[in-house]
Order: sequence, then C-alpha cells, then structure tokens
Amino acid sequence: MKKDLRLDRFEIRLSGLGGQGILTLGRIMGQALALEHGYQVAQTQSYGPEARGGASRCDLVISSQRISYPKTISLDLLVALGQEACNKYFAHLKPEGFLLVDTFHVTQTPTNIFWGLPFTQMARKVGLVQTANIVALGALTHFLPFMHASAVRKSLREILPAKIMEINQKAFNAGLNRAKKEYQDAPEKWKFF
Amino acid sequence: MAAKSRKKRTTEIFALGNEAVVEGALLAGCTFYAGYPITPSTEIAEEMSARLPRLRGGVFIQMEDEIAGLGAVIGASLAGRKAMTATSGPGFSLMQEHIGYACITEVPLVLANVMRTGPSTGMPTSPAQGDVQQARWGTHGDHPIIVLSAGDVQECLHMTVTAFNFAEKYRTPVILLLDEVTAHTREKITLPDPDDTYVFSRLTPSMPPEWYLPYEDNMRGVSPMPPLGSGYRYHVTGLIHDDHGYPTSNPKEVEQLMQRLFRKIDQFFYDIQMVDEIMCEDAEICVIAYGCVARAAELAVQQARERGEKAGLLKLKTLFPFPRPAVEKMIRKCPTLIVPEMNMGQMSREIKRVNNGQSKIHTLNRVDGQIITPGQILSRILKG
Repeated sequence: MKKDLRLDRFEIRLSGLGGQGILTLGRIMGQALALEHGYQVAQTQSYGPEARGGASRCDLVISSQRISYPKTISLDLLVALGQEACNKYFAHLKPEGFLLVDTFHVTQTPTNIFWGLPFTQMARKVGLVQTANIVALGALTHFLPFMHASAVRKSLREILPAKIMEINQKAFNAGLNRAKKEYQDAPEKWKFF
Repeated sequence: MAAKSRKKRTTEIFALGNEAVVEGALLAGCTFYAGYPITPSTEIAEEMSARLPRLRGGVFIQMEDEIAGLGAVIGASLAGRKAMTATSGPGFSLMQEHIGYACITEVPLVLANVMRTGPSTGMPTSPAQGDVQQARWGTHGDHPIIVLSAGDVQECLHMTVTAFNFAEKYRTPVILLLDEVTAHTREKITLPDPDDTYVFSRLTPSMPPEWYLPYEDNMRGVSPMPPLGSGYRYHVTGLIHDDHGYPTSNPKEVEQLMQRLFRKIDQFFYDIQMVDEIMCEDAEICVIAYGCVARAAELAVQQARERGEKAGLLKLKTLFPFPRPAVEKMIRKCPTLIVPEMNMGQMSREIKRVNNGQSKIHTLNRVDGQIITPGQILSRILKG
C-alpha cells in the first residue's frame, strides 16, 4: 500500500499534440491528487490558437503546502506524447528528473535514461486510439508513488462521461498493468528530498 | 446547554479561476448574465449558461456583441437583478461607453475582465496586465469606479462576492481584473457555506412611491433603488440629472451630483481598500504586485528571505480607488520598492506619484505574453 508522501513543489509537465487529450489527462490527475489525496495542486495549461495539431501542454505543481507560484520552474517529470514536445521541453527537466515517453510517437529520446511505453499502440489494442492519454494515466499511476489507483479511478468516473467509461477503464488498467510488469522498481527511484 | 452546532456545508472542488468567478457570483446572488464569449473569459459564459437556467429566475443571454451585453446587464440591474458580464481586452474596449452610463445612473453591476495581451486582438491565450489604467479611466468624463484584482483561484471566488457587495452597497459598476494565468489555473478551492458568506443586497425604498426621490443625497450618498415596475416611477438618463432624475444644467445641481458620486466611494475608502501584507513587518525591500504576478513575487520573497534579504510583499487586491495609505506605509518603511508588472508600468506610475521621491522605485516590466518568473523578481531583489 502506498502512503501519502510529503511533497514540496513536485512539478509535472504533460505534453503532446493538441487533440491527444493532454488537458483531460491533467485535469483527471489534478483532481485525483487535490480532492482524493488532499495535496495542493495548481494545474496550468498552454495551447496555441490552432488547438488540434498544435503543441499542447499541461503543467501540474503538486505540494503539501500552499503553492505560491502556479507555473513550473524545473520539472521533476516530463511526459511526452510527441517527438516535438519531447525535444522542446527536455531542457526544462531537472538533472534528477524523469522522462516518460510514448515510444510510438517518440522515436528519438535525448537521453538513454527514460521510461517508455507504446501508449498509442496499446490504446489501439484496447479498441480506441483516443484513449492513449488514459493508458498514459494508468502508467503514471504506477510511476508516481504518491498517486493511488483508487483515487484516479474515482476522479476518472467523475470527469469522463458515462458512455465512454468502460473503454477508458480498460485503457487505464492496460497502462497500469503494463507499467507494473515492465518497470517494476520504477516507483522506488524517486528522491523526494 | 451549549448551542446546537450547525453542520458546515463546505465543499471542495477542483476548479478553474473562471469557474470560481461563477461560483462566487452565484453565491452572491447573481441571477442574470449577458455577454459575448471571448477567450480567455469564455469559461465564465460557458459555466453561467449551464448553471443560471437551472436557478429560479436565472437568465443567461448571449448577446450580439459586448456593447449589447453590458446594455442588457444594466437593464437587468435596474429591474432589480444582481447582474454581471465577463469579457477580455477587445470586449472591454467596446463596453467603455456603457460603463460610463452605469456610473452616472448609479447602476450596480460586476464586470469581470480577464486581461490578455493587447492592444487590439493581441494574443488571445497569453496573459498581460495592460488594462489597469483602462479600467480606471477607460470611460470618458470624471467618474469614480472600483477596480479589484484577484491572483489565485480561491481569491477569484472571494473577490467576486466582494465585487457584488461593493456594487450593491455603493450603486456603482465594479470591475474585477483577472489575467489569463489566474483564469486558466485549476486549483482546489473551498466553497464556503452560503450561510457564512457576507452578502449585501441593495436597499429598496420604504417610503410611498410619490415621496421617492431616486437620486436624493443622504449620509451614505447612496439612495435606495427600487426595481423597475414596482410602482416607483423615475427617470433614468445619461445626462447630468437632478434628484428626480431629470436632466439639468443648473451649476449647483451638477456640482452636487458630481460631488456625491465621488463622495460615496471616497468616504468608505477604508472599507474598500484591501491589501495583503506578506512578511512586511521587518521588511527593508518591498515588492508591490497584484494579480498572478503577486504569486510569483510571493515565491521570490520567500527565496530572498532564505538568503537573508529582508524582503516583503504588498499584494494589492483593490487597485482603484488606489490604496494610498497602505502603499505610503511601505514607502515610509522601505528604502527600496520593486513593482513587477506585465505591462509597461501602469501601476508603478501610481506608486511613483504617491512616493513623491521618498524611496527608490524599481519597475520590472514584461510584455512578451509570459508571466514574470520568481527568478526575475528574485534577482531584482538581490540587486537591491
């Protein structure tokens, strides 16, 4: 059982292309951490006027204390669902920060130390390619030691409409199980202080 | 026997700044919204369109443009509703004419302006703080107005409730300035118990209709306001008017009206002035900021304290009437002041005016559509 950790400005950037569901992913994670776990969370977003196809990113700052500055300063975790986003934001990562990529879209990683899973392919296998963000959410639930699956499932149910719930739950489980299998020891790698 | 304790009905939600504005408005009793959606204020209209029709008597109208939007809000307010609208830079320019009309006819309303980079269409999804002086002086003629600002999501909720209270109390338009960062940040907020929230509603006349003078002076300078159609007949005009509401050019009556309009805000200055002093007790270097920049400044001040600099932050929540006493207090205390802003110096000119050459005022301006970072403010503090 994971326990609630004390966090001091843990910064996550979720990035990819507009239309991949980056903002929805951020909102579900934010709500799970803020309302179910009780952390202070500030979620900000940036998107161009072009929406679909343009660069899209969503930043989360998670802390046990009050958050003064809502934007990110240096990232603890970068999630890149696109090659362009990976190239662009890799430099913002802390030296001890981690990179999680969708190996289907990101073929060239700037470092050999990264976590990678083919989210898009897995989503296709689940039956709906649009659920790639939820597959990533499942994997993130394994990688982040302070985020419980039960909390994420609850906020998933609250945010997504009921008619697409079943396939998204399937996608979530697929991501969670695959990450557990391939990166068993990943959650222990974080150094929080 | 101890009094029976009531269970508090507070709920936590994870909401955008814009959604918090809606929550605040509904908490304050707003039942009318008219406007034209514009990024980055669209979520206010969106949420209002979903929530208002479900309320008893709630009305949401999407008008053909911002001019008509504010016009409808003025009409609704005259008819007794608590009404609001929301817009961004380009729409705010269009609304200026009606803001003046609301000032002279003393119509209470709340206008949320989510600032984006300008001028003109500018950059719709980038933050700025360029509308500060426009909020104060945008409409023509000498006029009093209340301008408030909010920096975080919880504050959006509280300041919206406060904005409605001020509007109703002083019968004046109140402008709530947000920026794109505040409006599009999602945070956990606590919705207060409606029974614990202070909500002021306008006074309605208690005298018989034939005795009623719509613009009569009294101690507060604010006369009671009946909803249209309730039997109290009076004339509403943008022309300078007498106590009955009819146009006048009698210098004595003109003077009386103008003096009263200013007096009703000025005499309650200490009720309206709202600032937060953060680590200011022993500060030697003071950052004065508002809106989302104040959040960056807060982190910068914390980091400066860790490095042994005696820094403090004065966060302005009321922008106009300008919180002069609070700023003067910091000027007397600190030899150096830093004013970071996302414009070319609209608030720092007010501070320089009040400063009168006593302390050093450093401005820190950023106009590239990005928020000022704590690092920028910190290095300015360390430079001294």
